Order: sequence, then structure tokens, then C-alpha cells
Amino acid sequence: MIEFDQVVKTFPDGTTAVDHLDLTLPDGKITVMVGPSGCGKTTSLRMINRMIDPTGGTIRIDGDDITSKDPAELRRGIGYVIQQAGLFPHRTIVDNIATVPFLLGTDRKQARAKALELMERVGLSTSFAKRYPVQLSGGQQQRVGVARALAADPPVMLMDEPFSAVDPVVRDQLQAEFLRLQQDLGKTIAFVTHDIDEAIKIGDLVAVFAEGGRLAQIAPPETLLAEPADDFVAGFVGHDRGFRGLSFTQASALPVEPVDRAVDGATLSRDDAGRPLGWTRGDGETLIDHDGTFGPDNSVRAALDVAIRSPLGVAVRVDEHGRADGVVRHETIATFLRERHQAGGGSA
Amino acid sequence: MSGIGDYLASLVDYLDVNGTLVWDALQQHVVLALVPVVIALVLSLPIGYLAVRYGWLYHPLLNLSSLLYAIPSLALFAVLPLLLGTRILDPLNIVVALSIYTLALLVRTVADGLRSVDPTITQAATAIGYRRIRRLVSVELPIALPVLFAGLRVATVSNISLVSVGALVGVGGLGQLFTRGFQLFYSVPIVVGLVLSIALALLADLLLVLAQRALTPWTRAGVSTR
Repeated sequence: MIEFDQVVKTFPDGTTAVDHLDLTLPDGKITVMVGPSGCGKTTSLRMINRMIDPTGGTIRIDGDDITSKDPAELRRGIGYVIQQAGLFPHRTIVDNIATVPFLLGTDRKQARAKALELMERVGLSTSFAKRYPVQLSGGQQQRVGVARALAADPPVMLMDEPFSAVDPVVRDQLQAEFLRLQQDLGKTIAFVTHDIDEAIKIGDLVAVFAEGGRLAQIAPPETLLAEPADDFVAGFVGHDRGFRGLSFTQASALPVEPVDRAVDGATLSRDDAGRPLGWTRGDGETLIDHDGTFGPDNSVRAALDVAIRSPLGVAVRVDEHGRADGVVRHETIATFLRERHQAGGGSA
Repeated sequence: MSGIGDYLASLVDYLDVNGTLVWDALQQHVVLALVPVVIALVLSLPIGYLAVRYGWLYHPLLNLSSLLYAIPSLALFAVLPLLLGTRILDPLNIVVALSIYTLALLVRTVADGLRSVDPTITQAATAIGYRRIRRLVSVELPIALPVLFAGLRVATVSNISLVSVGALVGVGGLGQLFTRGFQLFYSVPIVVGLVLSIALALLADLLLVLAQRALTPWTRAGVSTR
């Protein structure tokens, strides 16, 4: 657990980067600090490993004041990932990853063996082990950066815009892999980004910072979208927050109609295994592509998206084997959301 | 053709008679040229580091270096015995003078080399737990090596040529062959000195290039998997 207790940072030129911040980052969770530039999110992050010293207040990790430890010792116990990865250009990939174990005096052979293991864990082929950072793509370098932060198995990790410098497709991949990794590892993570979509996707908790280093709201992403604390937060999370909020409801909550129900005179034809092929009208020929499917584990947002894309306005639900087991019209989704809203349950 | 043949024959005769003298001059030349490089390198590392670590020192230190480099070499060779209390023919004068010139070159090289290191890399190093000195030795200096070697090559080659000037104050390695040739109005020792001096410079440069290749394999890593 990382606790900020009335933390203040005023720079020598008089600007206040962080203003009496009280913030608790719970164990085993990803807390995303998000906000416009100059809101003090990066300063706050960098105060955790004493890259910046606060001018007032206390920061504690698991109850211990961080100033009670030697800074270098403290930092070796905290994983750190930055934008552009910050890899050492003169060291091979495996030695980059093993840097912290080397610093801690771990046996070289053992540290390298662990580094190779981590390469696989973050989705890098071990054939890259003897290469240099310049020989890797941006996305691959960022994976090395994550592996390096994990090498000494620190309980706490700081991530400063780790996925901002890669293109959107790679970023999506890295985010998904990172979330999978975190499910296994359960690290206590402070994650800084300026991108609210990333914050909502990645965060267990999202802390929205406003200009002047003020914490505007900290909440789980769905709460943030449904009940922004003030106009600043509402504006920052964006105007389509209602739609985005649907990401947090599982599609299994939607009522489905049977797969053989005719829609606008069309029926869903399926192959022998029950997988959907497309919509057909009376003559039996495939007329209309069903255009995507959703599963019960997907979100209502995904289901609605499929329904909107479908020319008939119907989303096909499939089970884990890809067999169609129900259809949902977008009117049904609209009714579902209206009723839920009136009942006051859920979010969005 | 016979002209060149005759000349080669007189070169061989000269080396036959003066072989020991030439060999001694060559050895002295190597020592006088390279000892200052080593001394200057050792001194320039902390000075260059200070110039980078404390930004306000950068310009004063580098301007002082340029100033030292601007002192005419012959004047320095002549003045040093007075300052050091050495004999006028003491090789120490040459070593000290060349160390000053080399230092002037290398301070800038070290400072610029350290400044060439991407600050995100030094910050990342600090953030994952490097202390200052270890960071300097195992992150910043290795990354600065290509710049350091470039400066070292210039300093070494220029030293090998500067040593000869020392002959005018009596200690000059292969430079002695030049003064001797001028005194005797005889070109053979001059040619011998010139060829050996250039060969020495090329050899030293080659060794430095090989050392750099061995120490900086990452600079030659191709961008192969992008």
C-alpha cells in the first residue's frame, strides 16, 4: 500500500506541482493517475521512489516512511517503467533485464536465467537475448522495459506513460498483455498517463488530477464515468462517457431471444456445428452478413457495437465454442439500459 | 630508376650504421607520445565529469582548456624547466607539456561524451537504483565511449607528431633525426624519421580503432528486426 499524506511539492520557482495530496494506492491493484499536463501526476509518481523530494507531507509504503531508507536501496525495491523504455543501449537485452538483480548482487548466471524466463513472460522471444536495444522495435523495447522492472520481483511498480510512445495497435496489445500479467502477479502499481481511455482500460482505481496538483476524484473507472465528482472530471472523462460506461457491464446480463427467431423476415442460418453463417430470407440464400458476434464474457458495449454494425440491428451471441446461442436486438439493449437506469442499479 | 635505387641503398646503409640510434629514438618517441595520453586521460575523467556534474563549471573549465591548448609548444618546452625546476634537457619537460595539451583536448572530449548520454537513460539508471559513481562507471562512461575514442584518436595522433618539436630543445624521439638531417644537409635521416613517425601514428590509430570495436559492439549492431 502506498499512502500520500498531505504531500506538497513546490518548485523553487514558486509553482505548486502537488497541493496537499492525500491518496492511497491499495495493495495488488493498478491505480492510474491521470490528468492534463502540469497537473502533478508525474511529479507525484516520481516522489514515490524519491526521484523528487516533496516539500511537505509524508509518503509511506506499507506503513514505512520512504525517507527512512537510502534512496538507492528504496529504488531497487520498486520496479520502474518509463516511456521509450530508457534501456541501456550498451547492454544486451538479457543484461538490461537483469540490471537490478546485478545491482542487488545476485549471481550473474542466476540473474540471466531469471531474465530469460521474464522475456517469455512478457511475450518476447528469447532469441532476442543477445541483441541490443537498437535492434528491437518500440513495442519490443517497451516489453523489455516491463521485464526489467519485474526482474527483482518488487512488490511495487511505477509506470510513467509506459505505452505512450508506441502506435495504437501495439499499444492495445501491450495493454492487454500487461493486464494479463498483472492478473498473475498482483503488484501494487502506480501508473501515470494523460490518456483517459487508457486510464479507464487499465485502472482498478483512477485518480483524476486537476491543474495545480489537486486530486479531483479517485474512484473505480465505472464510478468515474457514471458519477463524475465535478464538472472538471466530467469534462475530462469526455462526452461519450455514457457509452464507454457500458464497458463495465457484462453482456451476459442482456436478455436474448432464441436463435431461430425470425427478424424482419430473415433467419439466422448456421453450419452443422451451430456456428452462425449469416442471415437468410425465404429463398434460403445467404443475403446478409451477420457482421460479428459477441460472447457472454464481452461487455454490453461490445454487444451494442455488434448490433449497431449489423444491417438488421441484431447482435448474434455465441458460446465458448462459437455456436450461436441467442440474438439480441438493439431495441432490447436500449430497453435493458432504460429499465436498469430507472431501477437505479448499475452504472451509466 | 637508379636514382630511387641509390636512395634506397643509402637508406639501408644509414639504418645499418645508425640502427641502434634510430631504434632508441623510436622507443623514446613512443614513450614521450603515449605517457602524456595516459596521464591526461586519467586527469581528464574527473575534470570532465565535474564540468558536466556542476553546470556552472562547464564554460570556465572548457575555456581554460582552450587557452592551454593555445600556448605555442616551443615556448612551453622552453618555459617549463623554469617552472618545474628541471634541467632543460629533461624528458620530463616534454611529458608535462604534452600532458597539458592532451588534457586540454580530452577534458572537452570527456565532458562532451558525458553530455551525449541521453538524460532519460541516466534518469532510468538512477530510478532503478544506481548510485552516482556506479552509474558513471557502468552506464555513462560506456555509453560515452564512441565520443571518448574519437577524442583519444585525435589526441594520440597529434601527440605523436608534437613529440618531434621537442627535438628543438634536445629531447624529441624521432625528431632528433630531423634536426640531425638539417644539420648535416642530409635528407636520409629526415625521411627515416618521417616514415617512422607516420607509421607510428597509423599504428596507434589502428590499435585505438580495434580497441573501440572490441569495447563498443553495440554501436555496430544492425537494425535488423524492426
